Amino acid sequence: MILSVASGKGGTGKTLIATSLALSLKGRGKVQLLDCDVEEPNAHIFLKPVISGSEEVLIPVPHVDENTCTRCGKCAEVCAYHAIAVFGEYVLTFPELCHGCGACSYLCPEKAISEEGRESGIVEWGHSDTIEFAHGRLNIGEAMAPPVIRKVKELAHDNGTIIIDAPPGTSCPVVESVRGSDFCLLVTEPTPFGLNDLELAVETMKELDIPCGIVLNRAGFSDDKVEAYCRKENIPILLTIPLDTEIARLYSRGVTLAEGLPEWREGFVELYGKIWEIVDERSRCPQR
Amino acid sequence: MKIAFSAAGADLDAQVDPRFGRCQYFVIVDTDTMEFEAAPNSGATAGGGAGIAAAQQIAGKGLEAVLTGNCGPNAFDVLKAAGIKVFTGVSGSIKEAIESYKAGKFQSTAQPNVSAHSGMGRGRRKG
Repeated sequence: MILSVASGKGGTGKTLIATSLALSLKGRGKVQLLDCDVEEPNAHIFLKPVISGSEEVLIPVPHVDENTCTRCGKCAEVCAYHAIAVFGEYVLTFPELCHGCGACSYLCPEKAISEEGRESGIVEWGHSDTIEFAHGRLNIGEAMAPPVIRKVKELAHDNGTIIIDAPPGTSCPVVESVRGSDFCLLVTEPTPFGLNDLELAVETMKELDIPCGIVLNRAGFSDDKVEAYCRKENIPILLTIPLDTEIARLYSRGVTLAEGLPEWREGFVELYGKIWEIVDERSRCPQR
Repeated sequence: MKIAFSAAGADLDAQVDPRFGRCQYFVIVDTDTMEFEAAPNSGATAGGGAGIAAAQQIAGKGLEAVLTGNCGPNAFDVLKAAGIKVFTGVSGSIKEAIESYKAGKFQSTAQPNVSAHSGMGRGRRKG
């Protein structure tokens, strides 16, 4: 089962949930954690994996042979990202804008465009005890996270439980991270921002046709607007974690909930069981 | 001599648009005859690379100079390669700016004066 942990709003506790869940499921079959928040990966701080391998992420960018090129401008016309400009006798490429789609080289009538790899990030893999681990790191100054995220996801096992720690927000990197998941846990907090961004995340998951459930973190200090929203949308709240300075203190030292407060492990195992039931039921009677 | 303005409207009374890549119009003026042509900027609604699209649109028009508010690095590279001088910090109506230009009040810039994406609203972290 592929299980993503996303949130909408940042800082609600995605990594706390993803890492604690992975640790709580230790010894219950194969578990792999993929940290897809390649702009700010942090799951390794908690799982402290031994890294055994790494690979650069290369984006294929155009290289124009200026002698063969007739300056017809087809490449500039088909590039949706304006990563290539043709005017007068000039051809200029802007590799940092290139998404590596290959349209320019494919459609060049003179076959004057070849592709060369440009490094945009790195993926690393290893293990933390019995938990398999992988994460990606986007190079500083790079704008496009999805190619690095795709590379991290290529490292996913074919079986067992795969937990994906997704980036915050609801844009391309999140879509790339959660795509193909059997379930998405949305971690939120009872604040206006938490609710606003939760609504956006729920809409995103609906669009992607991924069933979701809620983890309400830092609960107990605010109104019940998140609960009311979940009731209205018929989304289950699968786990509630109270606002607790001890949890924050542990987390700030790189200690997960599952390790610092082991009594929580049972809660995470139960959480996994509930998710399993939802996914199982859905697979037996598809709603759409 | 032909010069181009990033403009908020399609005539000489229009204000100079401070954004180059995402301006609404380009107004191209022959400063000798004061004849002008206006064209919508194809970069205005581009998903990305707006400055490049905009610069490419006017690069083949035999321009001496581009007058605008701000110009980012990618657009600047295209204009520079096309041999077009770039004047930034220009504001007010196009008519006024032409007079100032003729009087030699502007100095061309040797480098982009803003970073990429400056013409886009300040947004949250996005991909």
